[in-house]
Amino acid sequence: MNTTTTLFYVFAAVLLGAAFGVITARSTVHAALYLVLAFFSAACVWMLLKAEFLAIALVLVYVGAVMVLFLFVVMMLDINTDSMRLNFWRHFPLAGLVGALIALEMTLVLRGGFDLSQAKPFSAAELQLGNTKQLGVEIYTNYLYPLQLAAVLLLVAIIAAIALTLRARKDSRYVDASQQVRAKKADRVRLVKMAAVADDRQEKS
Amino acid sequence: MSGTLTLSHFLALGAILFALAVIGIFLNRRNLIVLLMAIELMLLAVNLNFIAFSHYLGDMDGQVFVFFILTVAAAESAIGLAILVVLFRNRESINVQELDRLKG
Repeated sequence: MNTTTTLFYVFAAVLLGAAFGVITARSTVHAALYLVLAFFSAACVWMLLKAEFLAIALVLVYVGAVMVLFLFVVMMLDINTDSMRLNFWRHFPLAGLVGALIALEMTLVLRGGFDLSQAKPFSAAELQLGNTKQLGVEIYTNYLYPLQLAAVLLLVAIIAAIALTLRARKDSRYVDASQQVRAKKADRVRLVKMAAVADDRQEKS
Repeated sequence: MSGTLTLSHFLALGAILFALAVIGIFLNRRNLIVLLMAIELMLLAVNLNFIAFSHYLGDMDGQVFVFFILTVAAAESAIGLAILVVLFRNRESINVQELDRLKG
């Protein structure tokens, strides 16, 4: 067994162990930390597949940003995990059955094997270019429009996340422009027609 | 064991990872945060398959797709967690079983 295969088995074992930790961890913080480990070992597996840029992007984007966000949310919310773990293993037979079925179906597909005879691995010239440059050339020539769409999607996600969680301060005084524009004369001044009334306070004194 | 890595090794790893994530969804059916984490694991398994095929077929398109999946997944988890925070503010709970206000 050569070094790459050994490394693959090590990373795969860590990845599956961490994934098992994510779904069974007693506290949510532990689950998030296990997920960090899972992403990291997945990045290592991607390195074995010579996808360096995506491996680094996975560590930067997921471990660096998304998982920190997860940890923030987990620690911000006061969650009672005990009540959620009630009857935790009750549906395990069903879950195990579904999981085994999925794995079995995948094996059936895999046993047939894939015909890689038509496939041509990356040529020496392409490998010389480097993974990052290769990916960049592909994205900025054939996938430029989807890239723009992805950028718009991220912008929408930013706006949605802010709009959902933004809470207006109650103690600050500010002018609501739309309410001001909508104000009618009747809302501000009310003319009342009434009979004249004699002021009787002065007569008494 | 043949010694060299084949496409099937990576596909098997992806399949097991995906099955584990599905089992996780069954087990953590009450905890919304761990459900989101299980979905992230599923996306990771799918990405692994894409990259394995891209490597063995010598086609860069698979990695481009992983790039876009990562983008969409990041947006998804950001919005999902924002909804979670709003939900917790309103209900003081993220237990899926207690979210039955729409049941009527």
